[in-house]
Amino acid sequence: MDQHFSRSEMLPPLAPPITERGAVKWMRENLFSSPLNAILTLLGLAAIYALVAASLPWWLNSVWNAESLGQCRAIVAETAGEGATGACWAMIRERWHQFLFGFYPPDQWWRPILALGLLFVALAPVLFAGQKRNMAFLLGGIAVYLVVTLTLAETPAAAFALAVALVLGLTALSQVQPGRLLWFTAIYPALCFWLLWGGTVWAPIVAMAGFVLLYLVFRFAAPVIGLTPAAGAGIVAAVLWWLYLQGPVSGLLQGALPFGLRAINSDLFGGFLLAIVIGVTGIAFSLPIGILLALGRQSDMLIVKTLSVGFIEFVRGVPLITLLFTASLLLQYFLPPGTNFDIILRVIILVTFFAAAYLAEVIRGGLAALPRGQYEAADALGLDYWRAQRLIILPQALKVSIPAIVSTFIGLFKDTTLVAFVGLMDPLKGVTQIVRADIDWKGIYWEPYIFVGAIFFIICFGMSRYSMYLEKKLKTDHR
Amino acid sequence: MAEAAKMQVSDEVAIQITGMNKWYGQFHVLRDINMTVMRGERIVICGPSGSGKSTLIRCINRLEEHQQGQIIVDGTELTNDLKNIDKVRSEVGMVFQHFNLFPHLTILENLTLAPIWVRKVPKKEAEETAMYFLSKVKIPEQAHKYPGQLSGGQQQRVAIARSLCMKPRIMLFDEPTSALDPEMIKEVLDTMIQLAQEGMTMLCVTHEMGFAQAVANRVIFMDQGQIVEQNAPKEFFSNPQSERTKLFLSQILGH
Ligand SMILES: Nc1ncnc2c1ncn2[C@@H]1O[C@H](COP(=O)(O)OP(=O)(O)OP(=O)(O)O)[C@@H](O)[C@H]1O
Ligand SMILES: [Mg+2]
Repeated sequence: MDQHFSRSEMLPPLAPPITERGAVKWMRENLFSSPLNAILTLLGLAAIYALVAASLPWWLNSVWNAESLGQCRAIVAETAGEGATGACWAMIRERWHQFLFGFYPPDQWWRPILALGLLFVALAPVLFAGQKRNMAFLLGGIAVYLVVTLTLAETPAAAFALAVALVLGLTALSQVQPGRLLWFTAIYPALCFWLLWGGTVWAPIVAMAGFVLLYLVFRFAAPVIGLTPAAGAGIVAAVLWWLYLQGPVSGLLQGALPFGLRAINSDLFGGFLLAIVIGVTGIAFSLPIGILLALGRQSDMLIVKTLSVGFIEFVRGVPLITLLFTASLLLQYFLPPGTNFDIILRVIILVTFFAAAYLAEVIRGGLAALPRGQYEAADALGLDYWRAQRLIILPQALKVSIPAIVSTFIGLFKDTTLVAFVGLMDPLKGVTQIVRADIDWKGIYWEPYIFVGAIFFIICFGMSRYSMYLEKKLKTDHR
Repeated sequence: MAEAAKMQVSDEVAIQITGMNKWYGQFHVLRDINMTVMRGERIVICGPSGSGKSTLIRCINRLEEHQQGQIIVDGTELTNDLKNIDKVRSEVGMVFQHFNLFPHLTILENLTLAPIWVRKVPKKEAEETAMYFLSKVKIPEQAHKYPGQLSGGQQQRVAIARSLCMKPRIMLFDEPTSALDPEMIKEVLDTMIQLAQEGMTMLCVTHEMGFAQAVANRVIFMDQGQIVEQNAPKEFFSNPQSERTKLFLSQILGH
């Protein structure tokens, strides 16, 4: 046989055969790759069809304009015939504000609306560290949101002007010195507290001064007595400030320079306002506490370690509901008589602890996943414990834990509905019950749940997408 | 070998270890270690696996704690005092077998991190120093990549540069080439040889006997946690005294 071969003419590229192209190829590979897969595909399609066929009329016959459930049903019967089903969204149209604000007075709605807008301003430097373009988009979006919603909520002119000026100023700042925006993030909690609960402006300012005091004590004591004792001294000083000086000092200042918003009692809070207040505060505080607990659990110091382990295991071992009941009953016994601890604050503290215990374990997993060499290299370069943790260990450990951390956050946010059990008006059970107690809407079942569920889904899905974006952004290992 | 002789060794003591013992639980891993390292000395430590070489050099920057005896580095004794430990660690650079670069930071950030946070050098100056040492290890163009994008040999050179950015007076190497493919070993050894020629005090655990002959002025042989033999490289290789050394040399040079 002749083994010689040489090509005289090069082959032109051809399109792949039809079975290897586009939709046909995709279906063959994904839906009908084997007899079993084909059967499953058909069964799946049948199930989807059955679901849609059963619920579609209900969606299509939706009623948006009605005064009561009875009227809704009459309209459905009239347009779609006797026996037809139809959703009654008219209820949402009439009661949406309770789902969002609970019993927060309507003429003050601009306060939670503004607080929500500013929340995202405060988050901007955290979510998009140093990315001016993303921050500009976010802040621009917030400005538009505020202008529209604040107008709709009939905000007092002075507050409106101040709010818009603040957001525009911060937008400008984010483009010039994005890092400085973190200062706004730092004061946001006090600002938000004041906006939502009202009262004298001096209370949050004096409370913030407690943190300044903590920092100053730490700063000046650290070189003399060392980092840990100095931190302890700072905390003691701040706590003393809050316990004994907070009231008198803010009273004094209010006397001299009275300025404040109408005080709103906690029992008027409800719906998503309540869920978001508890959820966001819980998320913001549970992460640092969780990190400290995870580090404490790995500590060489026996007491720190035992306390961390004990706390984590106890809090994780008890249902959240139990902790919430504790919040509403037991704390009252333990705290010195006369301290009237706000119920929302108590719930926030326990929800935070609950999430922190879970986060501590999640982060411990991330810490364990780091090779020993990272600790050794940090040590060998002369980084002290806290610097090594902050610059080397935690960035990596937190990065690998992002999916689990965000899961915990999502869980925490959804668990805020459990506050219904201690008599707070969560959007799912609390508000829905109130709506159903109205004779007009008695018997309405699916609509409030679907509405509340949809809002929860949007928020949680947003968190999940953000975590995926973050993971991708932080991916540097190039494996 | 002729070069080794040219290099200066001063009469100033860099590291002084006397009567040092260390245990892991019940296991007596380092036994009565005595050694003195002069400034500018280049010492190669070799010995069979598990003989305590890594443990010994890790005691010098207190990655491991010793239980008995004295270790004095640059005039500072290693005790439980954290201040002393930090001081020694900032004077002593260490290069690991598995590089241990920080994967979440760029090469440049890896190099500037410790100078900025430990030495409090301004960022700009730290970056200039970092670029200088990156050029020195011949990879300035990789400054903005992440460690995962570099070859093993490049990563190890970055690790050496990272230590050098702290301007250490002593460098420790723990088998810096044994995780590398043969073609990359040379680039790392060249960097180390250059460093030796500049007079750096070096303690190097390695089985690269060519390197030992080229730059070391002393070879230390360890077995079972003890220093069994030490000598100038020429004599060490040509005329080993102890039976264990002879056996070890025949094993690693035999084939
Ligand atoms: N953390 C530890 N706990 C208990 N034993 C240890 C520990 N680290 C090392 N050892 C033991 O101490 C002995 C010396 O270990 P070392 O790592 O110093 O050896 P080496 O000479 O560097 O060996 P190699 O050439 O394999 O790196 C070994 O027997 C090892 O099993
Ligand atoms: Mg070793």
